[in-house]
Amino acid sequence: MIELREVSRAFGAVVALDRVSLTIAPGEFFALLGPSGSGKTTCLRLIAGFDHPDHGRILLDGEDVTDVPPFERNVNTVFQDYALFPHMSVAENVAYGLRVRRVGSAERRKRALEMLDLVRLGDFGDRRPNQLSGGQKQRVALARALINQPKVLLLDEPLGALDLKLREEMQTELKGLQQRLGITFVFVTHDQGEALSMADRVAVFSQGRIEQLDTPRALYTRPRTAFVASFVGSANVVAGMLAERLTGRREPFAIRPELIDVLPADGPVPAGAVSCAGTLEDVLYHGASSRCQVRVDEQTVLAVARAESATVVPLPPQGSRVLLAWRPDSSVALEAD
Amino acid sequence: MRFRSKRWSDATAGQKLAAAAGLVFLHAPVWVIVLYAFTTEDRTYQFPPPGLTLHWFEVAFAREDIWAAMRLSLMVAAVATALAILLGTLAAFAMARRQFAGKESITLLFVLPIALPGIITGLALLSGMRTLRLDPGFWTIVAGHATFCLVIVYNNVVARLRRIPPSWVEASMDLGADGLQTFRYVLLPQIATALLAGGMLAFALSFDEIIVTLFTAGHQQTLPIWFYSELFRPRERPITNVVAVVVILVTLVPILLAYYLTKPDDRG
Amino acid sequence: MLRPVATFFHGRNAFYVSLLLLPPLLWLGTVYLGSLFALLMQSFYAIDEFTARIVPEFTLATYRQLVTHPANVDIVVRTLAMAIAVTIACGIVAFPVANYMARYAGPKMKAFFYVGVMLPMWTSYLVKVYAWRLILAKQGIVSWGFTSLGAQGALDGVLATPVVGGPSLASSYIGMFIVFVYMWLPFMILPLAAALERVPASLLQASADLGARPGQTFRNVVLPLALPGLAAGSVFTFSLTLGDYIIPSVVGAPGYFIGMMVYQQQGTAGNLPLAAAFSVVPIVLISLYLTLAKRLGAFDAL
Repeated sequence: MIELREVSRAFGAVVALDRVSLTIAPGEFFALLGPSGSGKTTCLRLIAGFDHPDHGRILLDGEDVTDVPPFERNVNTVFQDYALFPHMSVAENVAYGLRVRRVGSAERRKRALEMLDLVRLGDFGDRRPNQLSGGQKQRVALARALINQPKVLLLDEPLGALDLKLREEMQTELKGLQQRLGITFVFVTHDQGEALSMADRVAVFSQGRIEQLDTPRALYTRPRTAFVASFVGSANVVAGMLAERLTGRREPFAIRPELIDVLPADGPVPAGAVSCAGTLEDVLYHGASSRCQVRVDEQTVLAVARAESATVVPLPPQGSRVLLAWRPDSSVALEAD
Repeated sequence: MRFRSKRWSDATAGQKLAAAAGLVFLHAPVWVIVLYAFTTEDRTYQFPPPGLTLHWFEVAFAREDIWAAMRLSLMVAAVATALAILLGTLAAFAMARRQFAGKESITLLFVLPIALPGIITGLALLSGMRTLRLDPGFWTIVAGHATFCLVIVYNNVVARLRRIPPSWVEASMDLGADGLQTFRYVLLPQIATALLAGGMLAFALSFDEIIVTLFTAGHQQTLPIWFYSELFRPRERPITNVVAVVVILVTLVPILLAYYLTKPDDRG
Repeated sequence: MLRPVATFFHGRNAFYVSLLLLPPLLWLGTVYLGSLFALLMQSFYAIDEFTARIVPEFTLATYRQLVTHPANVDIVVRTLAMAIAVTIACGIVAFPVANYMARYAGPKMKAFFYVGVMLPMWTSYLVKVYAWRLILAKQGIVSWGFTSLGAQGALDGVLATPVVGGPSLASSYIGMFIVFVYMWLPFMILPLAAALERVPASLLQASADLGARPGQTFRNVVLPLALPGLAAGSVFTFSLTLGDYIIPSVVGAPGYFIGMMVYQQQGTAGNLPLAAAFSVVPIVLISLYLTLAKRLGAFDAL
């Protein structure tokens, strides 16, 4: 559906995208995830047509659209600041895409009101954008972007400006909307929780390259690089001599904090488990769980997440020696840098 | 040492008085002129005026030379403003956001006509006219005015354009509008007030212009030129005062309108 | 319809920009820059003394005449002196108004003051000059004021001051000075008020807290921070005074100012080169002043 082939884009000396290739299937809910400056927004803008790659091609539905301006592409965007036109009413905003195609005004208004119903803002047609709340503005922006029935909808950090409760509501709404419409959604976010919960597949960006493209579950359980391991969820990344000692290989590995057990220092090691000793440096209680920092050697502190339960043994005091243990298949081998 | 504690938000009586005095100082002369337009005295500047009358207004309105000068001033202002709106808007669109080589020098060029003293502009235009052997006339006056009017419109429009988020233009194009449609539906409504304000400012300044016009006009008399010559060859002083009142009104009204149009409001 | 055209321009940034800029640049380039260039050229020509015609040959004779002739030097010095005096006076007079506007006025009062300062600024220049001519005249308001206060003697005394005095206020340097200050006052008030507004109240409170009296706070805290505003305003007062020729001729003493020289030389004297050379002086002086003002932060305050 959407294909990027070896796309590169640099702004002066800054390389935003470095020979990036990816394919997004029709009907997918796809996420571009990464920290700021990683290239994910540039990627989105290239798909939309607001920017032109220095090298590489962009294909939509098999057709090369690299040189096609945004007003000729069957792709629509929901902007981070919503970009609603303040001098038009909500209905006029939504109908804009039709007005530009010279659809008659009665027909325009009818279809605009239909779209507003779709996003549950049916009565808001005659209001002005500056009279709306953030969440409402976003839904208007959605309606406006969908009125042309694009094959692809792009969303630029759609939930960033919303408060927590609204964010969770919108996540469900967006997911439901996408499934109902059946079109491809591509959204950009820096929030890995968002990406994991909404997307079918996620591309993790770092410094202009895709570190890993996978389903959320695979990204979490089988991260391929140290960056993905620590960006998606939190992880302990063990490298160097310690890694060699524990796994017999020089390559770094990742182990999720919740998969490590804290055992008494002098106690028995569970059969077949990987273990190492350390000093309990810090404990942060989070009510239902606690997070421990255990210093294993001079450079390495491992984070352990423990859920409170009736059967778990209480932690020894701060400063005590403890034993950390985990199953060998809990750790994930990472690519060397 | 006595430390007088006072709230920082309160000015002393002396400070208030000084500020008010400054304001009065700024306004008093204009009010004086308006007063003199109604005086019955016809030769001196006697204060207080011996009596008040509307007689001079009648006399002034009957004078053909005043009307001719007024007509010329209005025409020059209209044409200069029209040129300025066209050229200034074109320039503003080019300069608002895009980067290109030489942009800084061009920005400087757009500041010079109002940065350099009027006399230099005037003399420069005169030199230009002499070099090209052009005779002074309606179009040389317009040329001089259009130059700084262009800059005024440009500044107004470019300031407004820069406040428009780039995402609006992208959103418009994303929804299927090309550059021309984006201009018509999205940009033009936004700059309309700035254009109008710039145009009115330009009109008012052109109507009032004297410094450059003295260089570029030949035997034509714009209203300010008429006024200026009256200063040296006074015939009927109170009529000059009447014309002064008219000039105040004609220039002040568009300027006030322009101010209210560009006052930042909460609409987008 | 025009879609293919729009598609063509999309992405061709340089092309689009050049097409847009072409007409206004053509205009400004030829009409304005061309004229400035013609002016500069003229200053390097000279008048043939016998034929009184302009000889279009490159020469420094006109400039030499400008700087060696004592009368010409007098003119420049006189104009410069007036410009400096007016700038200082404007700074002093503007301060109370700007200070009140920036620090003490509530929002409604502030808006009132802004409009109150802008209105006279935008009132017709000639009308204002004319008004002062009437006010300063022998039987004008000022005279009336002094007489009714019984202070006629004081006014005569002032007018008798050498150099700056004259037969009446309307034909003396003092009168000219007053008019100049009046005309450019708003140009000083506005940037100064803007700069003063940017001085956080907490600084003044801290100063008092540390034991400074109001005068000391003013000298050590307010004044230095207001300097960019003063510098910005002074750019206007300086350059406007330097180039003005109408005020000296309407309200003025016999001595010539640069502007008047320029106007006269290109007119009746027919000596365009000399007029051009004279007009280069303000350009040079203003550029020098601008670099000085920039150092004081004037451009950040604009």
